[in-house]
Amino acid sequence: MALSSGNGQQQLRKPFPVNWLLRLGWIAVLAYIVYASSRLNVSWDRLVAGLGYGGDFLSRMVPPNFSRWKLLLEGLIESLEIAVIASTLGILLSLPIGFLAARNMMPGWVSWSARALIAICRSFHPVIVAILFVKAVGFGALAGIMALVVASVGFIAKLFAEAVEEISLKQVEAVRATGASFANVIIYGVLPQVLSRFIGFSTYQLDSNLRNSTMVGIVGAGGIGGTLFAAFQRFDYDFVAAILLSIIAVIMLGEYVSGHARRVFE
Amino acid sequence: MSSTASVQRRFQRFTPRQRFVRWVVLMLSVAAITVSIRHVEVIPEFLYDAPEQLVDLLNRLWPPDLEYYPIAVHEALLETLHIATLGTVLALFLAVPVGLLAARNVTRSTTLNWLAKLILVSSRSVNSLVWALLFVAVFGPGAMAGTLAIAFRSIGFVGKLFAEAVEETQVGPIEALRATGAPRFSVLVKGYWPQVKPAFWSIALFRWDINVRESAVLGLVGAGGIGVALDASLNLFYWDRVATVLLSIFAVVILAELAVTQIRQRII
Repeated sequence: MALSSGNGQQQLRKPFPVNWLLRLGWIAVLAYIVYASSRLNVSWDRLVAGLGYGGDFLSRMVPPNFSRWKLLLEGLIESLEIAVIASTLGILLSLPIGFLAARNMMPGWVSWSARALIAICRSFHPVIVAILFVKAVGFGALAGIMALVVASVGFIAKLFAEAVEEISLKQVEAVRATGASFANVIIYGVLPQVLSRFIGFSTYQLDSNLRNSTMVGIVGAGGIGGTLFAAFQRFDYDFVAAILLSIIAVIMLGEYVSGHARRVFE
Repeated sequence: MSSTASVQRRFQRFTPRQRFVRWVVLMLSVAAITVSIRHVEVIPEFLYDAPEQLVDLLNRLWPPDLEYYPIAVHEALLETLHIATLGTVLALFLAVPVGLLAARNVTRSTTLNWLAKLILVSSRSVNSLVWALLFVAVFGPGAMAGTLAIAFRSIGFVGKLFAEAVEETQVGPIEALRATGAPRFSVLVKGYWPQVKPAFWSIALFRWDINVRESAVLGLVGAGGIGVALDASLNLFYWDRVATVLLSIFAVVILAELAVTQIRQRII
């Protein structure tokens, strides 16, 4: 009895008081959703109408039509080749650019210009870069390769620079104290600390390049994307389904392979 | 003498098996690269005049036609931002339940875990442009297709990272809540949520940043946003307008990245 009367004051207080700020936040989110939906012409009627078309659309995709498998295979192989070459070039370029961008390795003006280059590479979607390269080097796989090289540099070099900035300088100093040259300092002092992370970024980018290499074809930069887009525009939805299934299969296979490759080098 | 010989052992970092596997992977990579370079179709004539074409391109891009900005770019840019934001919000709402189903410590059913993982993987394997193509075919061209494409592409990303964050939570607070007899929903809100909150907001911000970039290209397949203006200018060879569009995309992407960094430092 004494215990309960002592706690009477506290029992009145709710254990989890209402958080008005949080409620205001929810109302703001809701208001934004309503506002943005009306701006973008997103409405329930269109959703319902679309679902009808969606059913029709799906029924036309089934069964997938693999009769033009030669075209499909050609496109997929070209996509794979674009991804492999672009990743190789991207990795090779990212190593020096990443070093130049690391602020603990380079003087300020060098690292800032390298960082600006990386920022430019990163800010555009590979498909937009592919448009520019299609104009510069014409239709075909080369434009796709160059676009994905740009994307790879933007990703790998940025993360690599951050990894280099996080290294322990003790080992670098120890190597330098032996009178090692600059190249030796990098090879024996810096690289061993960041190489496994670099391989991680590179395999991740390989996956990402594989995904994007199936897309740059939409603007004429080679690979399966062109075939996919053409099939869409001709309403060959059963062929579209076949292409999409093969793309997904290739991407999953690629992730599986690159995941195992990464584990080997860890 | 023979004893010193046995002492001089060679130490190696990797076992012979590891070295062999590494060698095989390296050789396979080299083979893949060589075959790709040999086989890929590059038309050399195009490569010879590439520098000329590049100079020509730059001449056409510069100076950008800034008067085009108020006519068509500004509205489209705002639309792109709305597509990215609304798509991200939608994705967050859809991804949280799927992520909870995928987290093995919340959902104790292997079948449900597997089903949720399947949803997440299929969402991630389809590029946002493909999602956009599909939704344009279903809902017609416009921002709605773009928003849904962004949302469906993001579910996989957000859901996967969210499920991983949930799986890394500590059991202590959750067991304490269960011991008081708290219902499942309360355990989720008061036990798991405080632990995954920082991760959740960081994932949301990260994905929004990516979505701003991705929503800029959706217009190329007719799914609304700045890409429509880009596509229109490209098809008419108005390269100076293309330059305006590209500059505005660049500005927005940089601003979005700065905003995300600032918010992340404040909140998390």
